[in-house]
Amino acid sequence: MANVLLEMRQIDKIFPGVRALSKVDFTLRAGEIHSLMGENGAGKSTLVKVLTGVYGRDGGTILLDGKETTPRTTKEAQECGISTVYQEVNLCSNLTVAENIFIGRQPKKHGFIDWTTMNKRAAELLQRLSVRIDVTKTLDHYPVAVQQMIAIARAVDVSARILILDEPTSSLDEQETQKLFTIIRQLKKQGMGIIFISHFLDQVYELCDRITVLRNGKLIGAYDVDKLPKFELIAKMVGKSLSDVQDFEKREEKSQPSEEMFLEASHIGCTGSLVDMDVAIHKGEVIGFAGLLGSGRTETAELLFGIHEITHGAITVNGKKMHIKEPMAAMKQKIAFCPEDRKSSGIIEDLSVRENIILAMQAKDGMFRHIPYKEQVKITDDCIKLLNIKVSSREQLIRNLSGGNQQKVIIARWLATQPELLILDEPTRGIDVGTKSEIQKMAITLAKKRGMCVIFISSEMDEMVRTCTKLIVLRDRRKVAELENEDISSENVMRAIAGGEG
Amino acid sequence: MEKLKQFTSSSLFLPIVALAVLLIFNAVFVDGFLHIQLTEDGRLYGRLIDILNRSSSLVILSLGMTFVIATSGIDISVGAVVAISAAVVCTFIGGRGDGIPEHPMVLAMLAAVGAGVVCGIWNGLLVAKFKIQAVVATLILMTAGRGIAQLMTEGQIITVYYKPFSYISGTIPGNILPTTIFIAAAMVLLVVFLMKKTSIGLFVQSVGINPTASRFSGINVTLVIFLVYAFSGLCAGVSGLIESSLIRAADANNAGLNMEMDAILAVALGGTLLSGGKFYIGGSVIGAITIQTLTTTMYALGVSADQLPVVKAIAVIAICLIQSKRCQEIFDKWKARHMQPDNPEEKAVNKA
Ligand SMILES: Nc1ncnc2c1ncn2[C@@H]1O[C@H](COP(=O)(O)OP(=O)(O)OP(=O)(O)O)[C@@H](O)[C@H]1O
Ligand SMILES: [Mg+2]
Repeated sequence: MANVLLEMRQIDKIFPGVRALSKVDFTLRAGEIHSLMGENGAGKSTLVKVLTGVYGRDGGTILLDGKETTPRTTKEAQECGISTVYQEVNLCSNLTVAENIFIGRQPKKHGFIDWTTMNKRAAELLQRLSVRIDVTKTLDHYPVAVQQMIAIARAVDVSARILILDEPTSSLDEQETQKLFTIIRQLKKQGMGIIFISHFLDQVYELCDRITVLRNGKLIGAYDVDKLPKFELIAKMVGKSLSDVQDFEKREEKSQPSEEMFLEASHIGCTGSLVDMDVAIHKGEVIGFAGLLGSGRTETAELLFGIHEITHGAITVNGKKMHIKEPMAAMKQKIAFCPEDRKSSGIIEDLSVRENIILAMQAKDGMFRHIPYKEQVKITDDCIKLLNIKVSSREQLIRNLSGGNQQKVIIARWLATQPELLILDEPTRGIDVGTKSEIQKMAITLAKKRGMCVIFISSEMDEMVRTCTKLIVLRDRRKVAELENEDISSENVMRAIAGGEG
Repeated sequence: MEKLKQFTSSSLFLPIVALAVLLIFNAVFVDGFLHIQLTEDGRLYGRLIDILNRSSSLVILSLGMTFVIATSGIDISVGAVVAISAAVVCTFIGGRGDGIPEHPMVLAMLAAVGAGVVCGIWNGLLVAKFKIQAVVATLILMTAGRGIAQLMTEGQIITVYYKPFSYISGTIPGNILPTTIFIAAAMVLLVVFLMKKTSIGLFVQSVGINPTASRFSGINVTLVIFLVYAFSGLCAGVSGLIESSLIRAADANNAGLNMEMDAILAVALGGTLLSGGKFYIGGSVIGAITIQTLTTTMYALGVSADQLPVVKAIAVIAICLIQSKRCQEIFDKWKARHMQPDNPEEKAVNKA
C-alpha cells in the first residue's frame, strides 16, 4: 500500500445554522487520485477549505506525512505543499494573465520582477494546457473557462505534493478536460496526491482511483472505484435505495413544439462578438445552442436578452419587430436569461436568498410596486421547495450557499418571473447528478405544460441531446448547422462543429 | 438571553453602544447634561435638546450620503451644495433691513431645495451617465460650488432680517421643540417610507454589491445611481436651509464647511461600508448624532475650537477600530466559543 500523505480525522465544521461537516475522516495516499463526491451542499468544498486553512475547524486533526499540522492561512497551506484550485475561481480580474499565474512568486532579476521571463513562462505553462492567449492582457478579457484553465495552470506549476481541484472541469469542454487529465496523470506518476471534486460521474470513473462519499456533512464511506458501480455511488450520495436511483436515467419524453412562433431573429450579429445567427423559436420548443467555447453561443443569448445591442439583423417577438436595447426590454417580452458566469453576473453575494430570488421580479414590477414581504416569502419558499435548494433559512446570505445551490437560486430568480422564453446558459454547471436530471426534466416539462420556450446552452453534449428538440450548431461566431428531431446526436453535432463551411 | 443575542448581532449594536458610551460619559462629567427645562415662553431647553437640534442638518445630509455610499459611490460636494442652497434662500428673501422679504419665504425655500436637487442631478449625470469616478465627479461641484454661491450673493454675506426665517433653525412660537428636529424627523420618515414601501433599498444595495449582476437582473443601474445623487442633492438643499437660518445669513465661504466629511463619517460610524452594499439608515442617523454629541462634549469640557479636530480624530479612530473587520472576527470567534449553536442532528450523527 502506498504511503499515506494526508490524513484528516474526525473533522468538524460548524457554520451558523448548519453543521457543514461532522466527524469526517479522509485519507489521501501518494500517487493517488481521490475523488470527493456528494450532492450540492454535502460539504466537499468545506472539507477542502478546512484543509487549506480558509476556514478554521471546530474539531478533529489533520496529519500531513504523519505529523499533525494546522495550516491557518492559505499561504501556510501552500508552504506545506498543498496547491488548490477553488470552486469559485479566485483570480484578480485587473491583473494580467501572467501576473495572476505568478502572483506571490514572481521571477526576479536584480531584485526586480523579471517581466520577460514571467510572460514567457506563463505562455509556456498555458501551452501545456493548449491555451493560446495573450498573457499580457488582463484577466477580464477572457471567459470563465479560460480563467479556470489559468487557475489550474497556476496550481500545477507550484511544486506541491497535494493538488486539490474543486470542480475544475465545470466549464471546460471535452478536449480541454482531456488535456487536464493528461497533466493530472503525469503528476500522479510523480507521486503527487490529488483530490478531484466533480459532479461528472464519467470523469470521476475515468480518472480516479478512490472515492470518498459525503452526505449532509457526514462521511458515508471511502471506496475503490472499481468496486463501486455507478448506481451504487449515486445511491450513496443521495441516500436512497438503488431502485429509486435508477429512475434518474429515465428520459422525459421530449416536448412537441407548437406551430406558433414566439421569437424570430434573422441574421443578427454584433460587431466584435457575433457574425451571423438565425434563430426561430416556437412556443413549447426546447432549442439547444451547441458549439465550442467562444463559438458565439453565449453572445447570441446576450443579444436576445439585450445585454448588448444588435448591430445588424432584426428580432421579432410575437410577430412584432423589437428593439431589445437593454435587459428590461427583453424582460417586458417575457424573456429570461440565466447567465453562465454565476459569480460575476448572477448572484448578488451579500443579499439573502429571498432577495436574490425576487430581484428580477421586483425589477420587472418597478421600484414603486413593492412586492409585500409575505408574498416574497411565499415565492421564495415555493422556489426552495421546487428546486430543492439547500439553505439553512431563506434569509441566509447567498454567498454562504454551496456552489450548486447558488446556481439553483439564480434559476429560481428567473422562474419566478414566469417567462415565456427561458434562456439557460450552462444551467447545470456544478449541479449534482440528481438535480441535473431534475433541471433537464424541468426544462422539458415547462415547455410541455406551459408552452414555454427554452434555449438550452451547455457544453455537455449528452444533456443537450437528451433535452432539445432542435439544435443550432455554431462555429466561429456564426451558425453552421441546424439539427432537428432524429438528426440530433452527438456525432452529428461533432461533425457540424468540425466540418468545413456548411 | 435570546433577545440579547439578537441585539448584539444586529447592525445597530455598535453605533448604539458608541453613542451610549458618549452619553454616559457626558452624564457623569458634564454638569446638568441630562437636565431639560421648560422656558417661560414654553420651549424645552437643555443640552440634549441642543444636541438634537444641532445634529439635524448632519442627520439629513447623512441620509442622502448613505444611499450614495451604498452604491459604492461618494458625494463630497454636499458641503458646497449646502452653501449654494443657503445663498439661494437668502438672496430670494433678501437682506432688507426693515425685515420685509423680497419673495415669499416658501418660494425661497423651494428654490433653495430645488437648487440642491439640480446640483444632485448634475452629480448624478456625471457619475451615472458619463461614468466618471464619484470622487472626481463630485469634486467638481465641491470646488466650484462655493464660487457659484459667491456669485449669487455677489461676494457679500447676506444677512436676513425677516423674522420667520429664524424659525427654521429656532422654534416656531407656540412649539415646544426646535423646528429642525421636525424637519429631520420628516426626512427620516420619508426615507423609512421609501425603504418600506418601495424597492429602492433593495436596488441600491444590489447595485452597490454587484452592478453587473444587477443589470443582468433587469435593474436600471444608471437610473438607480442617478437617483441617489439627486436625492443626496435634495438632502443638502434642505440642510442648507437649516444652516443659513442658524446664522440668519448666507456665508458662501463657511456655510456647510467640511460637512461632507462629517456626513461620510456618520455613515461609516453607522456601519455602512464605504465599499458599498448593505447600508444602515438607522446607523447613519445615530452616527450623525454621535458626531454632534462628541462636538458638544468637547466644547462643554472646554476643549478649544482648534484642538477639537484632534480630539475628534482620536475618538473616530477608536470607533472605527471597534467596527473594523478584524475586531468583528475576534468578536465573532469569542461569541462562537461562548454560545454553542443548537444541533438537532447531533444525536443522529452519533448513532450513524
Ligand atoms: N461561509 C459559510 N457560511 C455559512 N454556511 C456555509 C458557508 N460555506 C458553506 N456553508 C454551508 O455548508 C454546507 C456545505 O457547503 P459546501 O460548499 O461544502 O458544499 P459542496 O459539497 O461543495 O456543494 P457543491 O457541490 O454545491 O459545491 C452548505 O449547506 C452551505 O450552505
Ligand atoms: Mg463546492
